[in-house]
Amino acid sequence: MAYNHKEVAARPARLTSGHRMCAGCGAPAVARMILKAVKPEDHAVIANATGCMEVSTFIYPYTAWTDSYIHTAFECAGATLSGVEAAYKEMKRTGKLPQDKDTKFIAFGGDGGTYDIGLQSLSGAMERGHDMVYVCYDNGAYMNTGIQRSSATPRFADTTTSPAGSVIPGKMQSRKDLAKIMAGHNLPYIGQTAAIGNMKDLYEKAEKAIYTEGPCFLNVLAPCPRGWGYNTPDLMEINKLAVETCYWPLYEVVDGVYHITYKPTNKLPVEEFLKPQKRFKHMFKPGNEWMIEEFQKEVDKRWQELLDLEEMTNK
Amino acid sequence: MSIRERLSGNEAAATAMKQINPDVVAAFPITPSTEIPQYFSTFVSNGQVDTEFVAVESEHSAMSACIGAEAAGSRAMTATSANGLSLMWEMIYIASSLRLPIVMSLVNRAVSGPLNIHNDHSDAMGVRDAGWVMLFSENNQEAYDNLVMAHRIAEHKDVLLPLMVCQDGFITSHSIENIELIEDEKVKEFVGKYKPEHYLLNDKEPIAIGPLDLQAYLFEHKKQQADAMRNAKKVILDVAKDFEKMTGRKYSFFEEYKMEDAEAVIVCMNSTAGTAKAKVDELRANGVKAGLIKVRVFRPFPAEEIAEALKNAKAIAVLDKADSLNACGGALFEDVVSAMYTSNIHVPTVNYVYGIGGRDTTTDDIGTVYEDLQEVIKTGNIGNPYRYLGVREGK
Repeated sequence: MAYNHKEVAARPARLTSGHRMCAGCGAPAVARMILKAVKPEDHAVIANATGCMEVSTFIYPYTAWTDSYIHTAFECAGATLSGVEAAYKEMKRTGKLPQDKDTKFIAFGGDGGTYDIGLQSLSGAMERGHDMVYVCYDNGAYMNTGIQRSSATPRFADTTTSPAGSVIPGKMQSRKDLAKIMAGHNLPYIGQTAAIGNMKDLYEKAEKAIYTEGPCFLNVLAPCPRGWGYNTPDLMEINKLAVETCYWPLYEVVDGVYHITYKPTNKLPVEEFLKPQKRFKHMFKPGNEWMIEEFQKEVDKRWQELLDLEEMTNK
Repeated sequence: MSIRERLSGNEAAATAMKQINPDVVAAFPITPSTEIPQYFSTFVSNGQVDTEFVAVESEHSAMSACIGAEAAGSRAMTATSANGLSLMWEMIYIASSLRLPIVMSLVNRAVSGPLNIHNDHSDAMGVRDAGWVMLFSENNQEAYDNLVMAHRIAEHKDVLLPLMVCQDGFITSHSIENIELIEDEKVKEFVGKYKPEHYLLNDKEPIAIGPLDLQAYLFEHKKQQADAMRNAKKVILDVAKDFEKMTGRKYSFFEEYKMEDAEAVIVCMNSTAGTAKAKVDELRANGVKAGLIKVRVFRPFPAEEIAEALKNAKAIAVLDKADSLNACGGALFEDVVSAMYTSNIHVPTVNYVYGIGGRDTTTDDIGTVYEDLQEVIKTGNIGNPYRYLGVREGK
């Protein structure tokens, strides 16, 4: 069925309002939209890595989640959910659960809990083939502890552990490519997406990930107003610029075959994405033009790689 | 009719797990407990159990998956040793705080470093305050029996705490001994069905587990955990009574061996109790009033009961198979002397750290402890209470 924004938006939110995420944060919008892709008749068990989303949505004795939810620790959302899924399989097989009811398993982790401390747990869960979706909401730093660099932090970004100083101008290493690492796990479905426009891309990828049997992975851009330093109401604009500059390409890998789901007709210079963000402010000082050039070079290189992969895998 | 068999401690543990038939087992290999998931995978491969076996990529994930599985509404089990338990450490606390009755077979081994694969109790002692019920086993029979009793204790509504059954790495895990197994059907009936009140997979009642729990509530939740551990004492004894009815084998918090008129008493755990019993018999034959207390239930610690059992002794040696590196004695020693002190019982008591990294402890070694105790009784002089047994003093 074709995506109908009005209809999807009208569905009851499975992550309710009243949680304590910051205004202008990308993560709750992402989680809410992804959960709208769970069929109303299906139950879901959500696992959450420690992070902003967890500490703001489930503060005892209140929860913003209407589905079953489990949080254990920072680095093990993948392993925790694999235990839930294993129990489900066994209990369904042996008749301990009703046969006519389906449960979906969805993990949420930030880039800290996914790219870094939770990478092993995620890799294990994916390799073992649990029927689940792992969603990384990537805000590009450890925001919950106060904006420390992660392996998802873009090069040159100013964070509290890669501060832009007089000698070292921010983070000196470039981002890890997590979707590619996940592609190395030969998963049936991988999607990289963002909340843009009417959220069609995000919704459709979520639906595919949730209803494709086996281990699936979504990497979703989730801007952070505090860590990125953009004007809070401009969340959707920042998302759009990330995509239009090809900083954050939208694509999916289905059984190893790459599909770029959006190709900007007019690819914007990456400056457009960098400029509204305080974390890149130092890049615009006179004498630092080389940093923007380097950044652009890397975006172009990665975009070209993706185009090549698409061509190669569709032959 | 029970079944007479010859099994190693690891086989005994795996056999108990097979009879328990848990819903999920998540485990990662580590010497000397590796055989348990190995045997168990065979049961899975041959369709002898219903279990979903999750071959995780680390012990941290093993405990995480057990937490997920137990919270989901299923019975989850695992096995590990030493560094495996160290890697789980974070999740060990989370398992107990979420009140999930996971059962673990812990085959005790020295925690690194340096690396050593042999037996001592440093792994177990590292989690002694983590909120797990901890049962120790002298031999393969006890390792098996303790596992059969485990779920009834852990899952009891007044307890709801995870439980670990300890046995000595290699000494019992790899030694084949005679064992009396209980029939499958009887174990199944004894253990019963797992009926959690709230669980993730109940779509009629979605629940949230593992909150951010701040100043206003965490203290009360920790107190509830502490109360559950206190409640476990009664449950452990009740389950032991039922177990005795089924098997004739009697269990309590600890075993008192020739304690009626004992003057020189050793307190220890796990396989060393077997060695000590042999020595007690020998000493008794020579008219020495030697006795032994073998602690089975280390958590909850049966403080009052142990103090009561020791009140008529004239000198006591507490044997710790892990050094606390704290300049004031091992963990079991501290618990025993604290128990006696708070019961206003004052018996000269010394501590021996022994058997570290698998160092053999022979009946002769145990003999020297009883000799030392007789010396304490004779002179009334404790001397250095923090002693070592079987260590070479370097120059």
